[in-house]
Amino acid sequence: MLCCLSVSVFFLVAILGYVLVNGASYINWEFLTALPAPAGESGGGIANALVGSLLIVIVASLMALPIGIGAAIFINEFPSHGTGHTIRFLAEVLTGVPAIVVGLFAYDLVVKPWGGFSAFAGSVSYAFIMVPIILITAHEALRLVPDSLREASLALGIPKWRTILGVVLPVSSRALITGVILAISRALGEAAPMLFTAFGNPFWNLNMAKPMATVPTLIYTYATGPYEDWHRKAWAASFVLLVVVLVTSVLTRAFLRGKSNE
Amino acid sequence: MNSETTTMGSSFENAQRIAVRTVAEAAPAADMVRMRVEGLSVYYGKLHAVKQVTLSIRTNKATALIGPSGCGKSTFLRCLNRMHELTPGARVEGKVLLDEQDLYGAGVDPVDVRRRVGMVFQKPNPFPNMSVHDNVVAGFRLNGTRDRKLLDEVVEKNLRGAALWDEVKDDLQKSGASLSGGQQQRLCIARALAVNPEVLLMDEPCSALDPIATAKIEELIHELKERVTIAIVTHNMQQAARVSDYTGFFYLGELVEFGETGKLFTSPEKRQTEDYITGRFG
Repeated sequence: MLCCLSVSVFFLVAILGYVLVNGASYINWEFLTALPAPAGESGGGIANALVGSLLIVIVASLMALPIGIGAAIFINEFPSHGTGHTIRFLAEVLTGVPAIVVGLFAYDLVVKPWGGFSAFAGSVSYAFIMVPIILITAHEALRLVPDSLREASLALGIPKWRTILGVVLPVSSRALITGVILAISRALGEAAPMLFTAFGNPFWNLNMAKPMATVPTLIYTYATGPYEDWHRKAWAASFVLLVVVLVTSVLTRAFLRGKSNE
Repeated sequence: MNSETTTMGSSFENAQRIAVRTVAEAAPAADMVRMRVEGLSVYYGKLHAVKQVTLSIRTNKATALIGPSGCGKSTFLRCLNRMHELTPGARVEGKVLLDEQDLYGAGVDPVDVRRRVGMVFQKPNPFPNMSVHDNVVAGFRLNGTRDRKLLDEVVEKNLRGAALWDEVKDDLQKSGASLSGGQQQRLCIARALAVNPEVLLMDEPCSALDPIATAKIEELIHELKERVTIAIVTHNMQQAARVSDYTGFFYLGELVEFGETGKLFTSPEKRQTEDYITGRFG
């Protein structure tokens, strides 16, 4: 037991340490705020990729959040139609679908009809990754809301939909938000679905209909490129990605804990 | 009181209800009937949980339903405001009349039924995401009322009505879940009273409470009878004897005996009733 524990902790610490050692030293203000330098030149940054990842994941959340939470409400609060088990099963299967396959699907669904790579296609592929995660965590969250609270509300002559909006969702909000953050941080790190959707872009672009840089695709390009300087930038970008994901989840937890103590 | 009722919406139902109330208030006869149940049967799948029950619940009286566990008394109570419909597989036959209107009639919305027939549950269930204040007016707020002055009035009136005001008036913004069990139950009573129900159903409201909290609730029931009709399920016969005017004894899904509490406890007509209240079974 202890052996397994120490091995798993060792690898976690090793990965974090390796990224830290290789990446942190390259981090400076320019790296975070400048555009990528032309190939072979030193300096430059990853600002466009940071903003791109953020934009794409926000649009993806706008799509995945209502679908995931809506589906969870549907299967948990309206169980009489009997399709809940099937939907839940499909969601679990969907979490296991490799990200590259999701990317391929989004390519066929959006990129081909559209006639080119676009950030929006990237959002669609991220949404495919996020929906099942949000659905499953939201379903678990709603299941934990005691029926006595639903009864209390319905017994006051409050319609079912207001009961769901006014009691069930607020009571489970902490777990719901945690699930969404989990889905966001999972999606943010995926490079595979971005390769044939958002594609990447060495320049500034805020147009969702055009190719857009993201941090994972930037890491992929730099890490597989021929320049020593690119490799260092790939490490630094990895470090930034790790920190963003880590800080988001820590801040969310702190925020939620503070809220629950009120 | 009528102005509050009107703000709750649903004009036709309310107009009817106010009209009926005015009549009831004008002629307070001793045993006016508020609810009449005729031949009520409840099934859970194949299980016949309540069998052909007929009884009347008198206006501004407390009616107790007693009987051993599993005798159908709670199921029966939940049919009086259509709460049993939330249980999958439940089916009802018979009539439940509130002021001579069949609650199971065509076109009757269960949401309206539950606004007119409130309920207090076995375990106190204040909304944990709301303050004491918001819990009391949950019925208003969740239905969209935002008038602060009205809400504040409703809060004070009903917390006083539930004998909780003095204990919580200094901090109405603290969480409803931070109160003691007995206070939480009185908060739930205040919450149920706030929407001005005609009938208040209480499903073993003291079974999760200590004796002191129980005594407070029982005292409260006596005061509440002035403004609302009460039906209370209890497994505690002493409690039924203390708080109720009428008592019904349920056994195996049937209503064995129904009558004035004093009479039922001192000279029951049926052998089963006597055996139960003298503690020979149950």
